[in-house]
Order: sequence, then structure tokens, then C-alpha cells
Amino acid sequence: MAFISSGTTILDNGAFSVGLGGLVLLSTQTASASASISFTSSIDSTYDSYMFKFINIHPATDDIAFQFNLSTDAGSNYNVTKTTTVFRTIHNEADTETELSYRTTEDLAQSTAFQTIMGFIGNDADQSVSGSLTLFNPSSTVFVKHFIANLNGYHSSNYTFNYFSAGYANTTSAVNAIQFKMSSGNIDAGTIKMYGIKGS
Amino acid sequence: MAVVSGGTTLIDNGALDAGVPTGSLILLSTQTASSSASLSFTSGIDSTYDSYVFKFIDIHPSADGANLMINFSTDGGSNYNVTKTTTRFYAYNGETSGFTLLGYLTGADLAQSTADQEFIRGIGSDNDQAGVGILHLFNPSSTTYVKHFIGRSSTAQSSDYAEDDYLAGYANTISAINAVRFQMSSGNIDDGIIKMYGVK
Repeated sequence: MAFISSGTTILDNGAFSVGLGGLVLLSTQTASASASISFTSSIDSTYDSYMFKFINIHPATDDIAFQFNLSTDAGSNYNVTKTTTVFRTIHNEADTETELSYRTTEDLAQSTAFQTIMGFIGNDADQSVSGSLTLFNPSSTVFVKHFIANLNGYHSSNYTFNYFSAGYANTTSAVNAIQFKMSSGNIDAGTIKMYGIKGS
Repeated sequence: MAVVSGGTTLIDNGALDAGVPTGSLILLSTQTASSSASLSFTSGIDSTYDSYVFKFIDIHPSADGANLMINFSTDGGSNYNVTKTTTRFYAYNGETSGFTLLGYLTGADLAQSTADQEFIRGIGSDNDQAGVGILHLFNPSSTTYVKHFIGRSSTAQSSDYAEDDYLAGYANTISAINAVRFQMSSGNIDDGIIKMYGVK
């Protein structure tokens, strides 16, 4: 049954024809002493971009990095070749140091390693990292897969760190899974949400 | 009455069916400035959402070169004086070519300060000048973690250049934040709209 109002089809064939919002929550995962968090379903051609939101990601180990990698085989392997850029700003609570700098030690050049999206996170009880990562058109079999991330973190030595990373997964295979982990130790706590973005 | 289309229930019992994919960016409040000393959001910031987005549409100051300032409250808006540590950097280009810069904004950041934080910077008060921006506030109701925020703004600056400003940091409190205030560094918010969204 279709529902048509003033000549406009509101719904038909089991779905709404009008927009109900462009940001659609697809999956929520909550860490609890987790070695990693992976999204191995729903990354497909339904949406042409996906956003991951990080809410208070808290590491078990002090002074480590939060990282991600991609998979083209639904999570059997996280080893997609990437070329990336990373820069950051920092400012300490003592107001003795500021910085805006490119991070030559945290970018990748045709590497299958995990990509750092926040470094040096503290594990004090109130320390964590929050932010977002957008992955563009992962199901393309024509183009490389671009990503852009921006996170803010609480550094182990009481700095605020703002990380900007971007780049591409240098593959024309469809990316269909993503994994997040710490460079050492577990993700002690925190939430990662995956959204599909309609019509982006 | 239920609305069923193509064998799929879309509406029933006064609400959309739970299986209908709906938007996750929920408009909670819109405030429009009209020679306003400040605009404050004192309700709707709670544990319903684990992140909030504020959008700033054509913020126009009464005083030339004024900055739009932010502060937070943990007591429902009685006091806006939460301790913050932040980073700032910017890029600009003058209408007269060759006047460009990318750099850290020393003096515009905060280190363990309860003062208002500058966000949209140096807005011109000519009739056609204004500033826009987006600010993300993560998990304000947490009683465990500091409260991260990330923002970016674009300004038609008072000296006739385009300025792109970045702000990030944390409100260094484990008390829940339940109100946010925006005001100019001098004069009023002559005109403009601020919208607050919750993100599911």
C-alpha cells in the first residue's frame, strides 16, 4: 500500500519515501576490558559514507595510542594498505607548552599497519578520548577509500591533545569491516557507535 | 490503526515502528539572538544523549571584532565557570591576496581556567559579516570522565579576511555538565541562530 498526500508519496513498498533524517545509527559497541572492537557487518553499499563516534574511550594501559585498521574479507584480516597524514595540537594544564605539528612518526606510507588516530592517552580514572572518524564509500570497487578523523584526548601527562588524521586505504576492493584497538593493552571502557549517512 | 506497506509495518500505536530507520541527529532546541546579551541552553543536556552538537548560523555581533565565547555549567546555569584546558589553531586569508597564515593561536587557548573560551573569533560587524560553526560536546552527563569538546568555525573577520578556527579541549570536571552559555566578548549577539542537537 502506498500513502500519498497532496501528490507526494510518503511511503510505499514497505519503506518511507520521504527523509527521516540522514544520520542512521547502525550499531553500538561498548568496551569492557576488550582487546579490540570490530564492526564486521553493515558496512556495504547501503550508505556511501559511514561515521564512527567514540565516546570516552579509556585505555587499560597508560600512555598508549588508539588505532584502527580495515578489512576487505569481513574481518578475517585487518591489513589494508594505507597512506595517511597526521597532525595535532597540544596544550598542557600547566600552560607551559603548546604545539601545532605534523606527526612523522604516526603517519603511514603504503603500510598495512594500524593507523593511530590518537596518541599518548592517559589511563587515570577521568582520562579518555572522544571524537569521530568518517569512512567514505567503503564498498567502491573503483576508488581508494578515504577517511577523515578528529579526536580529542586527555594525555597521560595532563595535556589536551587534538588529533587530525586523514588518508586513504589504497585498495579498489570493497572495505567491509573495521577494527579499533589500543597500541598496547585493552580498551578498558568506552562506546563506539557506527552510523550510516544517507545521501552524503 | 497500523500502517502496513508491502507487508512491513511502518506506523503502529501512535509511533513509527521500531524497525523503521530514523535519523540520529535530533533537534532539541533553537535559539535566535536579537540584541541578546547571551544565549543559554539550560535544559535538554542530560544522559538522554551521549553527545550533543551545536550549530551556529550567521552569528552577528553588535561590536566589531568581538568573539563568540563559550562556558559550561554544572548547576543548571546558575554559574558558568567550569575549569577548561584547550587548544586553538587557525588559518586565514585576506581579501587582499598574500595575507595568509596557518598557526597555533597562542593566547586564545585556556589552561585550567574557568574563563569563557573563545570560539568564533573576531567577527566583523558590517551588515554582511557573520560567523558560523559547529561544536561537538561529548558525554556531558558523565560523572567519571572529563568532558571533551571539538569545534570548528568560519568567520568573516573584522579586518576583511576569511578565518578558519579550530577549538578542542576538555572541561576538567567529573561533575555532570547540564548547561551551556554563549555570549560575545564585548557587546551583544546582535543576530544569529544557535541550534542544539542530541545524537542518538
